[in-house]
Amino acid sequence: MNKLTVSPSPHIKSSQTTKNIMWAVVWSLVPAGIAGIYIFGISSLNIIIISIFSCVFTEALFLRFRGRDPKTILDGSAVLTGLLLAYNLPPEIPFWVPVAGGAVSIILGKQIFGGLGQNVFNPALVGRAFLQISWPVYMTTWTNPRWWPDAVSSATPLAKEGSTHFTYMDILLGNRGGCIGEVCVIALIIGAAYLLAMKIISLHIPLSFIGTVGIISWVFGKDGFFKGDFIFHMLSGGLILGAFFMATDYVTSPLTKKGKIIFGIGCGLLTAIIRLRGGYPEGVCYSILFMNAAVPIIDRFTKTRKYGLTKCKPGKLSAV
Amino acid sequence: MKKLLKEFFKGIGSENPTFRLILGLCPTLAVSTSVINGLGMGIAATFVLLGSNVIISLIRRSIPDQIRIPCFIVIIATFVTIVELAMKAYTPELSKALGIFVPLIVVNCIVLGRAEAFASREGISASIMDALGMGIGFTLALLLISSIREVLGNGTLCGFLIIKGFEPVLYLVLAPGALLVIGLLIGAINFISRRRYGLNGR
Repeated sequence: MNKLTVSPSPHIKSSQTTKNIMWAVVWSLVPAGIAGIYIFGISSLNIIIISIFSCVFTEALFLRFRGRDPKTILDGSAVLTGLLLAYNLPPEIPFWVPVAGGAVSIILGKQIFGGLGQNVFNPALVGRAFLQISWPVYMTTWTNPRWWPDAVSSATPLAKEGSTHFTYMDILLGNRGGCIGEVCVIALIIGAAYLLAMKIISLHIPLSFIGTVGIISWVFGKDGFFKGDFIFHMLSGGLILGAFFMATDYVTSPLTKKGKIIFGIGCGLLTAIIRLRGGYPEGVCYSILFMNAAVPIIDRFTKTRKYGLTKCKPGKLSAV
Repeated sequence: MKKLLKEFFKGIGSENPTFRLILGLCPTLAVSTSVINGLGMGIAATFVLLGSNVIISLIRRSIPDQIRIPCFIVIIATFVTIVELAMKAYTPELSKALGIFVPLIVVNCIVLGRAEAFASREGISASIMDALGMGIGFTLALLLISSIREVLGNGTLCGFLIIKGFEPVLYLVLAPGALLVIGLLIGAINFISRRRYGLNGR
């Protein structure tokens, strides 16, 4: 007669499961997707669908091959990877590019390491970096918004900084060339606000990331000391998308608040350096990947103090 | 005879220098961009291995133990010089493509490793078989890696276009592609051999 239940802790369950979090992030990205489809036309929708389908299909195939539980396909992580990958692609890219990118993201970015929770690098960014190196021409041919007269192709605004025909309003609303998901900053901020309100992400990484990029591009900008166009740098490129939705990935970011701030500052520094002095116009993707690799070290040096223990030597804890 | 065959086949299979011992990765990563380069490197290394193994096995009793490594290096360097000059004379293009990696065979871990671990302890016929096995194992590994990288990364095999309308995966012919292909191949080989022979199976 089991009148009383005996079970080990934890006894209080939170509603924050992996599945809920993943789907919440997917939903929060929907406004940016709608904006992208509105700005660049129906081809963006095709890219998004192909990319998601490629990721989910690859995940299913791999789980079956490894004899793992196929139920984890529906936890939303593969859908999220596909969505983020598509948001990082130019809107008129040939259809096989997201197919290859999705397969690379899932296999090399995630499953090779042992699946969700084990991956060192953000899967979507692994896929994007692979595509960027493999097919650089397709990855840097951007389309202008469909209501522009010369709707063929152009560089991202970042590549021609200084030619100031973009107002800040254009950039906020997405009236510019760029990747599908990164152009409409307002839609991204709506999604980010939803995630912040649901307490799925915290502000530590995005604020330190974007703030560092702003400060560095203000101080060392192209126009001279303390004259850089920092608002432009903070709003353009993939910075908002990267800082709120990709750098904050639970698996590949540090655990503690202090660690998160270090991580964000590192991302910001690398992004600003690549943008201002590097060979690529945009550095968000590579900077997040670089800092992903540094996360284990950051976690090691920002361990929280255990309750009841005092610090005696730097890095080591002992009982009182 | 049976022992000699065993020494020969271990280099190709169970003790393959690239996939099992993970030796000689520097030239493997650098020259496996095309099949021709991979083959040239493999043959050059096999020749050096054979020559150095034979000489070291012959004079193994006269080499003082304290200075054996310098002795091995001198012997190996002699054969590397022969290969380098022959390559420059007869296949100048290959020599140009392989560049610094031909002289660097002197410090190739496979050659030095076989001298230290095998030729300085075993008789001459066993050493010949060991050198041939290791050399052919290395060449086969290079051929496998370089054909994957060349076909997918450049759309060609031995310089001939084989897939029309295929957009080559540039990633694979660049430096990170070498690491990726070798890593995936080692993983696949471990996966298959563990399935077949159990966890520590060879």
